[in-house]
Amino acid sequence: MTPQRRKRLYLVLGIVVGVGAAAALALSAFRQNVTFYFIPTQVAAGAVHGDQSFRLGGMVSKGSVQRAAGSLQVRFVLTDFKHDVPVTYTGVLPDLFREGQGVIAHGHLGANGVFDADEVLAKHDEKYMPPKIAGTAPPTAAMQGGG
Amino acid sequence: MLPELGHFALVLALVLAGLQAFFGIAGPALGRDRWVAATTSAVAGQFVMVATAVGILVYAFVNFDFSVLYVAENSNSALPLMYRIAALWGAHEGSLLLWIFLLAVWTLAVAIVSRNLPERFAARVLGVLGVLSFGFLLFTLATSDPFRRLIPAAADGHDLNPLLQDPGLAVHPPILYTGYVGLAVAFSFACAAMLEGRMDPNWARWTRPWTTAAWAFLTCGITLGSWWSYYTLGWGGYWEWDPVENASFMPWLVATALIHSLAVTEKRGLFKSWTLLLAILGFSLSLLGTFLVRSGVLVSVHSFAADPSRGRFILAFLGIVIGGALALYAWRAPLLKSNAGFDLLSRESFLLFNNILLVVAAATVLGGTLAPLIGDTMGQTSLSVGPPYFRPTFLLAMVPLLLLLSVGIHAAWKRGRLEVAVKPLVVTLAVAGILGAATVFGFYGGRHALAITGFTIGGWIILSSLLDPIDRLRRHLSLSRAVLGMTLAHIGLAVAVIALTGVESYTSERDIALGRGESAHVGDYDFRLMGTQELEGPNYSATRATVDVSRAGRMITTLYPEVRQFWVQQQTRKIAGIYNLHGTDLFIALGDNLGAGRWSLRAQIRPLITLLWLGPLFMALGGALALSDRRYRLERAAARAGVAGTAHGEAQ
Repeated sequence: MTPQRRKRLYLVLGIVVGVGAAAALALSAFRQNVTFYFIPTQVAAGAVHGDQSFRLGGMVSKGSVQRAAGSLQVRFVLTDFKHDVPVTYTGVLPDLFREGQGVIAHGHLGANGVFDADEVLAKHDEKYMPPKIAGTAPPTAAMQGGG
Repeated sequence: MLPELGHFALVLALVLAGLQAFFGIAGPALGRDRWVAATTSAVAGQFVMVATAVGILVYAFVNFDFSVLYVAENSNSALPLMYRIAALWGAHEGSLLLWIFLLAVWTLAVAIVSRNLPERFAARVLGVLGVLSFGFLLFTLATSDPFRRLIPAAADGHDLNPLLQDPGLAVHPPILYTGYVGLAVAFSFACAAMLEGRMDPNWARWTRPWTTAAWAFLTCGITLGSWWSYYTLGWGGYWEWDPVENASFMPWLVATALIHSLAVTEKRGLFKSWTLLLAILGFSLSLLGTFLVRSGVLVSVHSFAADPSRGRFILAFLGIVIGGALALYAWRAPLLKSNAGFDLLSRESFLLFNNILLVVAAATVLGGTLAPLIGDTMGQTSLSVGPPYFRPTFLLAMVPLLLLLSVGIHAAWKRGRLEVAVKPLVVTLAVAGILGAATVFGFYGGRHALAITGFTIGGWIILSSLLDPIDRLRRHLSLSRAVLGMTLAHIGLAVAVIALTGVESYTSERDIALGRGESAHVGDYDFRLMGTQELEGPNYSATRATVDVSRAGRMITTLYPEVRQFWVQQQTRKIAGIYNLHGTDLFIALGDNLGAGRWSLRAQIRPLITLLWLGPLFMALGGALALSDRRYRLERAAARAGVAGTAHGEAQ
């Protein structure tokens, strides 16, 4: 092996080890840090294990938003038109949050079946529906998505 | 009548793009010089047709033609003129037309500037661009015609999405798209070289300015998007690792790798096939980004409404373009071997590490972005991958990249002789470390190891980038614009690193509920709600709060955050009140009326955030400076003088 080739071999070996290590670390970060996305039907079917935090997608049920006057705490119900999950959140709600609108909340499910959200996201497209719900929605809501 | 003409113009543009592709690719292959010559005419024709279509759609918007479905859905009689024009790219059909228009502009620019290139090579470049135009025009006409009529015409329009009624958004998409589409030029240069089966020694010099220009636009576009979401969308969030943000960031990472690998190819004739591969990857990622945004397959705050037929079309187009380019690469790249060697500590190997790390970073972002999609097809549960994944993996690639940057810029081409640079490097590192530690301990307080590291790395890059230019100035040597541009871009990166460190380490944020006269303490500042009032705008009504901000009893400023209720779409949009105090943003946004006379508000103190916008601006300016380097101007001047492009600028 010429010195030139040996040098190149070291370089390639170094790169392979480096990229391998990066990939391994990325995978482990991935395993620890992904969150699951569920809709109320999956929650009702017991897809959530223990205290894990996850993202919950659904439409804000009409007439379900309640707030104690003067307090940051708000309660509402997320629905996929088959099952409902009550949600509590303390903080400022996003611009597009309103009843009948699709939102995604991040948090965990309490022992009492209430979802305790630490983040609420609404979409900036009014035709938006959270994934998997579009198919199950009643015809009127689906119509809005057709334009 | 006019909208039908617009549609017809698009059909003609499709035909001309097809001709452009055919003449440009078949002409040189079959040796037909008349076909080669006809390519440029097809380019000009296609540009005129696309520009006509855009002009007609803008005219329809400006004149409230609600018999056009797209106008009726995205405009309103109360919408101000500026937003009636910006509404052109407010939704899917129009932004696709904008994409096509920008591609036509880039193509025309290539046709004009490339007159000094070998005729057949230039025709091949334009031919490949023609294939791309053809695909996108077909996509528009088949699935997303912006000129579809609404009969009977709507009495009034449905209005532009209120979130998009903002000066930042009027400019963000065109600039971002200019960058996205600009990568098509590098892609076409790469394909043209592969079609020829040989790489002209000057190939890298021809390709480099186009790539740098696209990269600079991409840098500005991403930054504008981040700034816009900072004050409009995200409640002060400037980067959420949202799929759509990632879609623009991945091509940027690969384009950054590409401009560095092009430097090696230009200076030393190395990395040829790698450069070609990066050019293909960069544009492929911008197509993938389009697919992700347009098809609605990913959960994102930015996604337009999902439409499966559009998704399928883009996926097929993606397959043809990427698959075709990669097949061409597999077939032709082995012809383009380079045989020079280089030392382990030469500039070549540092640029190689730069490329590997940038591509690894892009790959981890791609993995995280696509994981939910893969999880969806494989099993029942959907995954959601957010900042907890992206932050550590991205840092993992970025920290070594930033450390190697300071050293690499002092390595010489070919031979590794770093000994002379060791002393200044150690000195600058020590100075940066002391400054970083002093900033953390003395100014911000607390013992924050990550903050010290971040400030030190940023400071080191700035100081070590300045070594060479200062040394040259002291010895009265000339400084080329290329070197100045590079230095400015690297300093811009360092400024962004310092800003990110400050923002991530020292932001205070709180959601608060305040009644009139009540105040809350956030960070070192007090926010007092002085009252609220009702206002009316052209197409909305608004509630505006008056908030006094003070520090240790001393009044600093009064902010006026607003909530706007848009009449037509019944949507609200919040306008934050922001005051910049020596680079620190004092940020307050008004939320909802909580009843009992109280309002919800979100208050944030974000130190150094101004630098987060300045850093990328420096990078883009650096790119522009490098673009104006003497050697490119010489080449064009030589071409004007009728001499074939053989002028050689300064190599360093």
